[in-house]
Amino acid sequence: MTVLPTATEVSDVLASAVADERLRIVATLIRRTGDWELAEDALQDAVAHALTAWRRRGIPDNPAAWLTTAARNAAVDALRRRATERTAAGKAAVEVIVDLAEERARSLGAPGEEPADGVFDDDRLRLIFTCCHPALSLEARVALTLRTVVGLDVSEIARAFLVAESAMQKRLVRARARIREAGIPYRVPGPERLPERTDGVLSVLYLLFTEGYSGSAELIRVSLADDAIRLTRLVASLMSDSPLLPEVLGLLALMQFQHSRAAARLDAHGELVLMDDQDRRRWDATLIGAGVATLAASESARRRFDGVAGPYRLQAEIAKHHATAPSAESTDFERIAELYARLARVSPSPVIELNRAVAVGFARGPEAGLVVLDGIDDARLSGYHLFHATRADLLRRCGQEAEALAHYTRALELAPSDPERRFLTRRIAALRAATSEAG
Amino acid sequence: MEYLLFIVSDPAAPEYVPEEDNIEEWSADVESRGAARVGNRLRPPTDATTVTVRDGRTILTDGPFTETKEWIAGFDLIDVADLDEAVDIASKHPMARFGRVEVRPVWPFE
Repeated sequence: MTVLPTATEVSDVLASAVADERLRIVATLIRRTGDWELAEDALQDAVAHALTAWRRRGIPDNPAAWLTTAARNAAVDALRRRATERTAAGKAAVEVIVDLAEERARSLGAPGEEPADGVFDDDRLRLIFTCCHPALSLEARVALTLRTVVGLDVSEIARAFLVAESAMQKRLVRARARIREAGIPYRVPGPERLPERTDGVLSVLYLLFTEGYSGSAELIRVSLADDAIRLTRLVASLMSDSPLLPEVLGLLALMQFQHSRAAARLDAHGELVLMDDQDRRRWDATLIGAGVATLAASESARRRFDGVAGPYRLQAEIAKHHATAPSAESTDFERIAELYARLARVSPSPVIELNRAVAVGFARGPEAGLVVLDGIDDARLSGYHLFHATRADLLRRCGQEAEALAHYTRALELAPSDPERRFLTRRIAALRAATSEAG
Repeated sequence: MEYLLFIVSDPAAPEYVPEEDNIEEWSADVESRGAARVGNRLRPPTDATTVTVRDGRTILTDGPFTETKEWIAGFDLIDVADLDEAVDIASKHPMARFGRVEVRPVWPFE
């Protein structure tokens, strides 16, 4: 007589099978049926089915394969049900629909044996590129990626983006309808479009990451950053033969370095702590080590494909200098300023120039930083709080307190988040106190 | 899938340079893909006639009399695999550079 597993054992094995196989199962079902909701529902049915069946009959030898088959059966059942509901002719139509679905599956090929369109024939990568298709709005791309690729519940996504669940549900329905109606294909683009489309995928991944990283202590947002890292690692492994690999690894390294500081970014009262003032002992040394290793892998991939370092890669290099410096003072700001200059050449942006001004300010003194700042000719920056905060900081260090105060005040007016406003308020108070002591 | 490409003039776009107009090369490419259905230029809105029927009376007006400088200067009906191919064709049209191309899937009657 076999000993049946406990509920905990079943849910543990199931959770790990879902974590490993969910994306592959959903991605393949979407390719076979062309129906996103059906694919997600089928997996959910399979998971529910597993919970009861495994308790009753024991955990199967290969839980992942069990789950895949159960999900496929659930999808076929759903197609059958749908056909019966829709037509009076019932049975005849069922056969047609199921035949169609199977024919479609055949024509698209079974996993592993489909004709490769281009280099990539992995369903997971197809799904990721489709979710990040530029014909979808950025909001839709993010929502779809979180729902279908990461597998978050609609309610979780709604909470992370501070919208009502019904609104997020609508957004997802619209996005899936648009894929269908506009004819957005389910595939990885060919070599001609691959670089720009990969950039698009990376920017969605980075957005997920920064969304998870930006402020709020809510658990769901922290897990967004973890999800983004996991997903970027997956994309890197799926694109290991692509000349775009160095940039994918660059993004991964950047996320690892930034995430290593997560615990030190807020103090005990939930207030924002600038990098220079952070307790470096609270930085995650394991993640920093992983970032250094990823960066080395990016560099060897760059040599292999004979490419140039892209913007994420350069940002990761900068992040590495910060992450590996024993103290704020010993940071190699000269080298960082140089990297910002290179970054500005590959992707010109006033914000990069602003960061270069900060680095120059530390490397060669606040006056030199102000010179760089004065050289930025872009009206858009005047409405950007960090532009004024940076100028204020450089002016303060030059001993020009009155001008510094004026710019801190302007930064405070423009700052978009509460922790930033509180931080600037503290800066202003400290500067006022210092000035009145001196006077 | 069928898509209709609306070739739209855009006053904000870079000025038209006749030497950079590769419309013949474009047509040949669309033709060789087997995607071409029908397409042409359109006379300007000043040559348009607008038809409305109200209370059973047919009213004609010459031109739409809108102030807009953006108007449909041509159209191309193409039959391609998916949006990516439609976008690929649209992006190679000279008016994508000197104007805009709007890509709309055809919505056939069932």
